[in-house]
Amino acid sequence: MKPTHISGKLWVLRDPHGQLYDDVDTDMIFHNRYLHITDPAEMGRYALDNLRGWEDFAQRVRPGDIVMAGRNFGAGSSRQQAVDCFLSLGVGALVAESFGAIYKRNAINSGLAVVTFPSLSRHAETFRNGDVLSIDLGSGELQLNGVRTYRAQPFSRVQMAIYQAGDLFAYGELVAQA
Amino acid sequence: MGQTIIQKIFAAHSDGSVPVEPGNVIWLGLDARTARDFAGPNVVRNYRRHYGDAPVADRTKTFFTFDLVVPPSNIPYAINQQICRTWAGEQGITVYDVNAGIGSHVALEEGLAYPGSTFVGTDSHLNIMGAVGAFGQGMGDKDITFAFRTGKTWIEVPETMRVVVRGQMPANCTARDLTLAVLRRLGSRGALGRAIEFYGEAVEALGLAGRITLASQVTEMGGIIGFVPPSAEVLAWTQARVRRRQPQAEVRGVYADPDAAYCETVTLDVSGLEPLIACPPSPANVKPVREVAGRRVDSVFIGSCTNGRFEDFAAVAEVVRGKHVAPHVMATVVPATRRVYAQMLKAGVLETLFEAGFIISNPGCGGCASGHLGMTGEGQVNISTSNRNFPGKQGPGETYLASPVTAAWCALAGEIYGGER
Ligand code: SF4
Repeated sequence: MKPTHISGKLWVLRDPHGQLYDDVDTDMIFHNRYLHITDPAEMGRYALDNLRGWEDFAQRVRPGDIVMAGRNFGAGSSRQQAVDCFLSLGVGALVAESFGAIYKRNAINSGLAVVTFPSLSRHAETFRNGDVLSIDLGSGELQLNGVRTYRAQPFSRVQMAIYQAGDLFAYGELVAQA
Repeated sequence: MGQTIIQKIFAAHSDGSVPVEPGNVIWLGLDARTARDFAGPNVVRNYRRHYGDAPVADRTKTFFTFDLVVPPSNIPYAINQQICRTWAGEQGITVYDVNAGIGSHVALEEGLAYPGSTFVGTDSHLNIMGAVGAFGQGMGDKDITFAFRTGKTWIEVPETMRVVVRGQMPANCTARDLTLAVLRRLGSRGALGRAIEFYGEAVEALGLAGRITLASQVTEMGGIIGFVPPSAEVLAWTQARVRRRQPQAEVRGVYADPDAAYCETVTLDVSGLEPLIACPPSPANVKPVREVAGRRVDSVFIGSCTNGRFEDFAAVAEVVRGKHVAPHVMATVVPATRRVYAQMLKAGVLETLFEAGFIISNPGCGGCASGHLGMTGEGQVNISTSNRNFPGKQGPGETYLASPVTAAWCALAGEIYGGER
């Protein structure tokens, strides 16, 4: 069983004015000029390189780090690469106020922890790069630097099942055997 | 309690073990599953890795559609398309190849999607199928790999909202202006994670091309799907196409029960509408054309799955007949499909556009992705009838989104201009 409690160092996606980025579109996460790439190992280096202020994200992020953004993260296209580029960098989780619907599916299917945090904008000022965020995927409880706690949405049943299995394919095998 | 359209379609495509209520996760049977030249090779790669040589669940319901970089203009895409072709050959899967046009439109024209059916693929605008009252959803390559192998997908039943568009549109406005008005009202997240049902006399008055325009922009409203309940005309059109494959088929529309439950109803009136334009940096940044009129325009792109139908180009021809595109403007026209192209050819529309100075391309997505043509350089201003204008998508220039008619006026004037209508 994978741990349902994860923790990591935060990258808070803010625009040049310091506002939490909303509506980050899949072309900002993984630009369409790289869409010919099919090898997940090669995808990481292009992550966020079309998002102003975050062009060098791939060089700065470390495995296990957690990425935070505002509303409708991953709007736009259905490209799986916009999820897999984070997996390829070892990103531990994505936390956002809300996600694009297709993006969320893709992340769930890849076994990447995506956590919806509906009240994020009310606390947006509190979160800073380098803070340590702990997430209880089962209950949705977030803990910032080991002190303050917040409530995000817990994983849904199917999300937890796919996450535990590893990805959609492994989950599919389990379902077929059952 | 009655059911919404999506509940009825889902109920007819699932085993009934889980009630089709918002928030529940069901296994949904898929009438068609597709992949295109973007993500198609990723699907092949996943498939080989996880399922080896096992056959797809049903090759008569599995398709490739190449539409983004067609014919391939660079080597990586040529290689990727050939990966798909070779594998499709091994599996016995039909490929709608580089000459066919935009996959979603080809699917409608071929009768692969029809009222009440379910359709998935690696194209984020498959909610276009809502234009005929079908369920369509774009998905990533993992989902589609799984769908190829099993014929089904897990899905959470979304809530449904109603959008009622009242009034009669003024003659100088088009379906795209109506769509932009809805987008302005809902914003980029107004339908986030939801299904929409469109009602009202302005919606009922739309022909199929206009319904496609409206349905295609539900993605930009954050929605999963937007259904336009099929009219008699749409039923007849789809039935004729389905019968090319199954001569006896009866196409039936799926409509909501009168007591179905909606999470929200949004009403707007378009009787005082004026031509609209979505300004950078997002499709929901909608303004009246007159507010940004006068800006110099460098390029114009007319086409895409949102506005690439015959009706769109015929309207452009009306505007530009006997006139000429401004000398400094690069104006391109890309029909959605080969059938649309043929119709333009026979009706004389191609000739009118050619005489007016347009560059006419083969069918496909054209300048919508960074696939083919219509990219922008630093400082360029591009007027496009496609569906997204996020920064950097079509290059470093700025993209404005408008109707084909507005785009035509801009091409003639060489600046943003709402036209003498
Ligand atoms: S025209 Fe654009 S939005 Fe439509 S299917 Fe092609 S790339 Fe996607």
